[in-house]
Amino acid sequence: MDLITPEFGLVFWTLITFLVLLFILRKFAWNPILGAVSEREEGIKDALASAEKARQEMENLQADNERILQEARAEREAMLKDARDMKAKMISDAKDEAQAQANKMIEQAQAAIDSEKKAAMAELKNHVAGLSIEIAEKVVRNELSNKDKQIKLVEDMLGETTLN
Amino acid sequence: MTLNTFRNLALTALFLSASFIGFAKESGEGEEGNKFDPKEMILHHVKDAYGMHIATLNEGKENESHITIPLPVIVYTDKGLTTFSSAAFHHDYHGHEIVERNGEKFVNVHEKVYVLDEGATEVAYDAEGHPTNAHRPTLDLSITRNVFMMWVSIALLLFIFLSAARRYKKADNYVPSGIASFVEPLIVFVRDEIAKPMIGDHKYKRYMPYLLTIFFFIWINNIFGLIPILNGANVSGNIAFTFTLAAITFIITTFSGNKHYWQHIFWMPGVPVPMKIFLMPIEIIGMFVKPISLMIRLFANITAGHVIILALMSLIFVFKTVAMAPVSVVFSLFITVIEIVVTAIQAYIFTILSALYFGMATEEAHH
Repeated sequence: MDLITPEFGLVFWTLITFLVLLFILRKFAWNPILGAVSEREEGIKDALASAEKARQEMENLQADNERILQEARAEREAMLKDARDMKAKMISDAKDEAQAQANKMIEQAQAAIDSEKKAAMAELKNHVAGLSIEIAEKVVRNELSNKDKQIKLVEDMLGETTLN
Repeated sequence: MTLNTFRNLALTALFLSASFIGFAKESGEGEEGNKFDPKEMILHHVKDAYGMHIATLNEGKENESHITIPLPVIVYTDKGLTTFSSAAFHHDYHGHEIVERNGEKFVNVHEKVYVLDEGATEVAYDAEGHPTNAHRPTLDLSITRNVFMMWVSIALLLFIFLSAARRYKKADNYVPSGIASFVEPLIVFVRDEIAKPMIGDHKYKRYMPYLLTIFFFIWINNIFGLIPILNGANVSGNIAFTFTLAAITFIITTFSGNKHYWQHIFWMPGVPVPMKIFLMPIEIIGMFVKPISLMIRLFANITAGHVIILALMSLIFVFKTVAMAPVSVVFSLFITVIEIVVTAIQAYIFTILSALYFGMATEEAHH
């Protein structure tokens, strides 16, 4: 029976011993060790986090570089395209202008030709009219050179007039 | 190679224990006649004693001598405090040797100090072997072998953990070295596998010193109990020891109990009123059964281990033939190996259950 009866003496000494042990270990062992362990764990966690952050930053940097490169490439493309466009435009503009110039010159030439032609025609007409009058004058003069012929003419004309 | 070393050690330990039990048995034989009583031998080893008996030389001869560490007997009686060395009993625990101190006569009856009544000169026993003319002193605060071994164990614990704690220097970035790298996994184990899951991430810190201390205190005393030459220093297999630790767990649980915990005991939420009334006494009993189960579990497991090993060794003397020795040795080797595992398991169970009770006491309502 006394195997399962707690002896007061041992209870007393166990209690004292345990409390002393708990006090000393808590102050000089558990707190420093647990503190150090958790501090180290924190340190590891921080180190991992900052490594992750650095990696992220690196990635961002790389992405930035990539983006800048892309932009530069796009810009070059755009510049080249502009240049090409400008070239084409200049050529076509020049062509258009030349065409217009040519048309204008042709028109002017046409107009000049026309007016020259008209002038030539008018001169020709005048010339022809003069010639005709000269001829007519010569013919009339020739016709009316004798008296018979003049009377005959008058008579013809009178004959015609009676009809009216 | 390490396995071989380990095996050699275990075997040496077993043979030591065997030879040692031999001494014990024969001394019992010498005093009580020729009959070997395994029960008495086992109980004598499992229970506490006033002296730290290591070995007996020249058994049964004229010049018989004992190697014993004498420990102080401290008793408080009606006549005041009396202290004397346990050597004064001359290894007698049958009440024959009468020690007179402070005008009182003390005897050692089965490792319990009795004070002889006024005028008595010799202990008289009743039919069950209890002294009839002697009484226990009011207080018996003797440094018994369990107390002594407990102190040896805390000296070792303090040495291990204080020197481990010194290894943690900020300069070294808190990287453990030497003994610290051995104890740190254990400490982290208690924190991550016992305290955190049982109590919760926010509140476990308050209980860490207690949990770590009981874990290592119980474990090292369990291990000490397995060292044969220490005469079965059965500290953690003593009900007084487990009672004290369980009582501390009970006190901490009770004082850290929050509103939610007490509500669950006295007025269980979420059940009908008759059920609440029915559950109240059960919960109140449960409050006390928990630490009692802690107390009995540790005591019974460790004591049972000792009893089995001693009983197996007793077989040799019960059958009175050396042919029994191989069987006893093989079986006790087997049990001892199991006991090595049990030392850690019982410390773990005591700690995890304490943590569980603290966790239950501090759990927040989650309805």
